[in-house]
Amino acid sequence: MSALLEVGNVRKYFTRSSPVIFNWKDKRGVKAVDGVALSINRGETLAIVGESGCGKSTLGRIMVGLLKPDEGFVDFEGVRLNSLKASELRALRQNIQIIFQDPFATLNPRLTIEQTLIEPLKNFGLHKGEELKRVVELLEMVGLSKDHLNRYPHEFSGGQRQRIGIARAISVEPKLIICDEVVSALDVSIQAQILNLLQDLQKRLGLTYVFISHDLSVVHHIADKVVVMYKGKVVESSDKQELFHRPRHPYTQVLLSSLPGTQNSLVHDTLGGEVAASASLASCAFADRCMFAVDICRKQEPKLEIYQHPTHLVSCHKKENLPDFDTSYLDAPAQSLESIRLQSFQSYFA
Amino acid sequence: MSEVLRVTDLSTQFTTKGGVFKAIEELSFSLDRGQVLAFVGESGSGKSVTALSIMGLLNPRISKVSSGSVKLNGKEIVGATDQFLQKIRGSKISMIFQEPMTSLNPSISIGEQVSEVIQTHTGCTSAKAAESALDVLRKVGLLNAASIYNSYPHQLSGGMRQRVMIAMAVALEPDLVIADEPTTALDVTTEAGIMDLLKSLKKERKGTFILITHNLSLLQGFVDQVIVMYAGQVVERCTTEQLFNHPEHPYTIGLLGAIPQLSDLKTSLVTIKGQVPSPFDRPEGCRFAARCPFKEEVCLKPQELIEISPKHWSRCIKSPLKLDQMALRPINQTSKGLRIL
Repeated sequence: MSALLEVGNVRKYFTRSSPVIFNWKDKRGVKAVDGVALSINRGETLAIVGESGCGKSTLGRIMVGLLKPDEGFVDFEGVRLNSLKASELRALRQNIQIIFQDPFATLNPRLTIEQTLIEPLKNFGLHKGEELKRVVELLEMVGLSKDHLNRYPHEFSGGQRQRIGIARAISVEPKLIICDEVVSALDVSIQAQILNLLQDLQKRLGLTYVFISHDLSVVHHIADKVVVMYKGKVVESSDKQELFHRPRHPYTQVLLSSLPGTQNSLVHDTLGGEVAASASLASCAFADRCMFAVDICRKQEPKLEIYQHPTHLVSCHKKENLPDFDTSYLDAPAQSLESIRLQSFQSYFA
Repeated sequence: MSEVLRVTDLSTQFTTKGGVFKAIEELSFSLDRGQVLAFVGESGSGKSVTALSIMGLLNPRISKVSSGSVKLNGKEIVGATDQFLQKIRGSKISMIFQEPMTSLNPSISIGEQVSEVIQTHTGCTSAKAAESALDVLRKVGLLNAASIYNSYPHQLSGGMRQRVMIAMAVALEPDLVIADEPTTALDVTTEAGIMDLLKSLKKERKGTFILITHNLSLLQGFVDQVIVMYAGQVVERCTTEQLFNHPEHPYTIGLLGAIPQLSDLKTSLVTIKGQVPSPFDRPEGCRFAARCPFKEEVCLKPQELIEISPKHWSRCIKSPLKLDQMALRPINQTSKGLRIL
């Protein structure tokens, strides 16, 4: 199977310009994305997880071509994004769309929903003469109706705005959609609606998703493959099943044990979840937060290597001798009378 | 056990351009020392307005408590003078807000902000206040409290700022702390740290808390009693254990199914169709009826909160729900939203 999107050794450093001295740049900079390689197959959902500041959104923007990487490449169906001219990139964007976290900030407050949704169609010359029909169809696909056509963004709730964002993304019939924290600002009940909608659209339209999130329970629900990032680097990546059953990187284990309700014995970080100042360059990025760190972790950077399972990549010196991680939270909950009662009631909501 | 807070028939009214509506209606509950009560529900259900009404922080230009009473340690808060409210806020009752960045003053150092609370209420010397401020910063798990004392809010991460907010709230060991969505803006790892801190404050200091959240998975291991709100009304009130094992109100049942589970069974999430009714356009009968899969004709009449079993109230005429009384659909045909079979 050929990959739909391939990212190779991408680096993106942000430097700070001094407000006082012109032409001076802070050489230290921030390594937002530091040598990331991954590939996504057609029809798959790849999740990128990590805390804020780990570079997951920057990576998402590089994938759409909104940011140019300093090094490395992004290939979409074999076409190298960095080599394209602006006009060619614009044409290619029909195939790669992005949905952002804050649907209010990304909808133009002065355009009605009709205008917002017609714009991409006109832009790419799609459905000529039948644009309005297509817009109504799109609204229905995302669970809105034609009554909403002439309304403005402020008249909608957060969940509805996110639906409009989704309608806009699918309007140009893309192959790949980057979903950047699309549900993290929403209430659980609305979150469930949006997740179900995304899954439903994926089935109907054969979409491929890159799902950027910090919530592992959402990721577990929607993803096929998971990439865990820390300080701009991939620390672990694998099939969903493999990753959740055998997390081999201490950072992944910390993320999993922080989920409410998992009651894991693994203690939360010693630093109370705060990212510490950068350690020396030649060390594992996670060493100063890691409860298993030994000398070598502070002297040598671990490589991302295959471990035990063909799809499972881990970057940790101690991956072979970490203590067993308790994954009993994945087991089916005990089928008490109460849970059966609850589930049968919930089936009525379908 | 001593009672810290008693709220009786509290209603809060908002006057806006669109008209007048009640954000909360006839809310009653009481809370004992060392207990944690949670308010859950979607945005707009009235959770935060409840907190503001108890704190006496409603914006007087658009909102007011229209009836009912709030008693903290037996003393009435509704209608109390500003002077009295100022005296108890911070010392007897305090609040942790969702946005730690907007609720800290960006131009005053952390230490000054924390010691200000202490000095204002105890009237001690500034040196003594600084000392207790350092103490409380350490107590909330800020390791290098001394350097944080001199930093400004923008120099701290979201989790650290929230710890500072908690430090200010618990500095004078108030009788009641209200935490309004304390972890919503934070990463999972930071959230776990903050919840651990709140749990330890409850256990070690016998702290009394009200937690406001839309995330039901935060309740376990911390909260004793839960109030589920919907469109300004209490729809269910019970213990945490009852909420997860024996929910009675259809809204609660739907909410529980909407949480993604970390389990291997392939599941589909429950979606509650439709939306919370607009406050100006609330139906006369059960407010959840339009979205409820169990609705019948009787649901068009106003519903009372009824005690269906000891310490378990539900605002649903059909509670306690029984499967055999429903127009039963065979379970295996409704595979969506179902986790068994």
